[in-house]
Amino acid sequence: MSSPVRVRLPAQLRILAGVGPEVQVEVSGPVTQRAVIGALEEHYPVLLGTIRDRDTAKRRPFIRFFAGEADLSNEAPDALLPDAVASGTDVFVVVGAMAGG
Amino acid sequence: MSGVRLLVGTRKGAFVLTSDGTRQSWQVDGPHFAGWEIYHLKGSPADPQRLYASQSSGWFGQLMQRSDDGGKTWAPVGHDFRYDGEAGTHLWYDGTLRPWEFTRIWHLEPSLDDPGTVYAGAQDAALFRSTDSGQTWQEMVGLRGHPTAPSWQPGAGGLCLHTIIIGPDDPSRMFVAISAAGVFRSADAGETWRPANHGLSSEGVLPDPDADVGHCVHRIALHPSRPDVLFMQKHWDVMRSDDAGNSWQDVGEGLPSDFGFCIDVHAHEPETVYVVPITSDSLHYPPEGKLRVYRSRTGGHEWEPLTSGLPQQNCYVNVYRDAMTVDSLDPCGIYFGTTGGQVYASADAGDNWAAAVRDLPAVLSVEAQTLP
Repeated sequence: MSSPVRVRLPAQLRILAGVGPEVQVEVSGPVTQRAVIGALEEHYPVLLGTIRDRDTAKRRPFIRFFAGEADLSNEAPDALLPDAVASGTDVFVVVGAMAGG
Repeated sequence: MSGVRLLVGTRKGAFVLTSDGTRQSWQVDGPHFAGWEIYHLKGSPADPQRLYASQSSGWFGQLMQRSDDGGKTWAPVGHDFRYDGEAGTHLWYDGTLRPWEFTRIWHLEPSLDDPGTVYAGAQDAALFRSTDSGQTWQEMVGLRGHPTAPSWQPGAGGLCLHTIIIGPDDPSRMFVAISAAGVFRSADAGETWRPANHGLSSEGVLPDPDADVGHCVHRIALHPSRPDVLFMQKHWDVMRSDDAGNSWQDVGEGLPSDFGFCIDVHAHEPETVYVVPITSDSLHYPPEGKLRVYRSRTGGHEWEPLTSGLPQQNCYVNVYRDAMTVDSLDPCGIYFGTTGGQVYASADAGDNWAAAVRDLPAVLSVEAQTLP
C-alpha cells in the first residue's frame, strides 16, 4: 500500500528539480519524514544532499519541515507524520529557514 | 573576429559577459542559478564550450553544474563529494581538533587537454577529481594524507583549497594552495605532495614564522612559458619563486600594502605581474579608499599604480583571490571583480579601465576565455 504525499519545496529546490510549487510522491509503508524525503530523492536525485545529509540522513541545519501549521523539524525521522499529511490533506512543507539579518 | 567571454561567479548567481575583441562593450547574461553562491566557474582549455560551475548555498549545500554550449544552458552533474576513508581531524581556530567536514567547492580547474577531467578544491581542504565530466568525484587522497594535514588550521575564510595549477609543460606537476596551510607541489599528477613554502614568513601569525606549513597563501600564479616561476599573494607579502616553489623571495617592496588576495600574470609578458593591494587583514578595502591595480614589469622588483578609470576616492570594496584574470589577446586584457559588484576591464594591459558591468552581487570569481 502506498500513500500519495504532497510536498512543497523552497523556490531554489523547485528550480533545481524542475518542478512546480508542489509535487506528489508515493510513499510505501509508514509515512515518516525519512520515507517522504527518501521518495522525493528517489524521484529527483538532484535533491540528494540538499535537504539532508546523504550518509547520516540528518536534516541540514537551515532546513525546516512544516505541516498543518506545526513545526515537525525536530521530530524523529522515523516518527509517523500526521494523518493529514499521509492522506494528502495537508502538505509536507520543506522550508529554507530564516537566516541572516 | 575574436572575442572574450568572462565567467563571473557572485554571491547570488553566475553571469556570463561577452564582448568582441575590442573589449569595449559587454553583453551581460544572467543571473544563472539565481540566489546561489557561485564560488567559481571555469571553462575547459581543450573545449571552451565546456564549462563547470560550483553552486552552493548555506541552506542546501553543494551542487555542480556543467554547460556544453558556453554557458547558454546548464545541467546539474554529480555533487557527491566525500572524503576517502576516515575523515580524520585537523586543528580548529581554538587549537582543538575537529573532524574534517565538507562545506563547498572553492575552485575548479579543468584539465588542460581533456574536457572530461576537472579538479576541484574543497573546504575543508581536499582535492577532488572527476574524469567523467563531473558525474562522479573522487578525492585525491595523497594531499590530505600528508603527515602535516592534522596540523592544518583554517584561515578566516575557512580551511579552503582555493588554487590549483596544472603544469603547462608537464601535467604531472601540480601546485595547490590552501588557506592556511600553504603551497603543496606534486610531481606525480597529484598522487603525492610536498610542502613548497620555504622562504615564506608569517611573523605574528605563526609561532614559528618560517614553519614548513601553516602559511595563509591567498593565491599563486604562473606564466605558461615559464613554469618554474611562481608569483604569490600571501596574507601579507607578495612573493616570487624561481625554482618551482623550492624557495620564495619577497617582492612586495614599493606597494602601498603587501596585503591582498589576487595576483595574476600578463598573458604575453612573463615578468609583468598584477596585484590589488588591500589595506590590512582587518581592513579589507584599498588603501586610502583608492582602487589601484599595481603592475610590475620586472617580476616584482618595481611597481606602478594603475588608476585610469578606477575610482580614486571613497572606494571600500575588496577583490577576492579568484576574482582577477587575463585574456590572451594582444594587447592583453585584464579583468577583476569587486565585492561591490563591479567587473572592471582593461583592454590595454592595465593602462586604462572601465566597468564591464556594475551593481552585480559581490563578485567571488572572474575567469576570461579568449574565443576565436
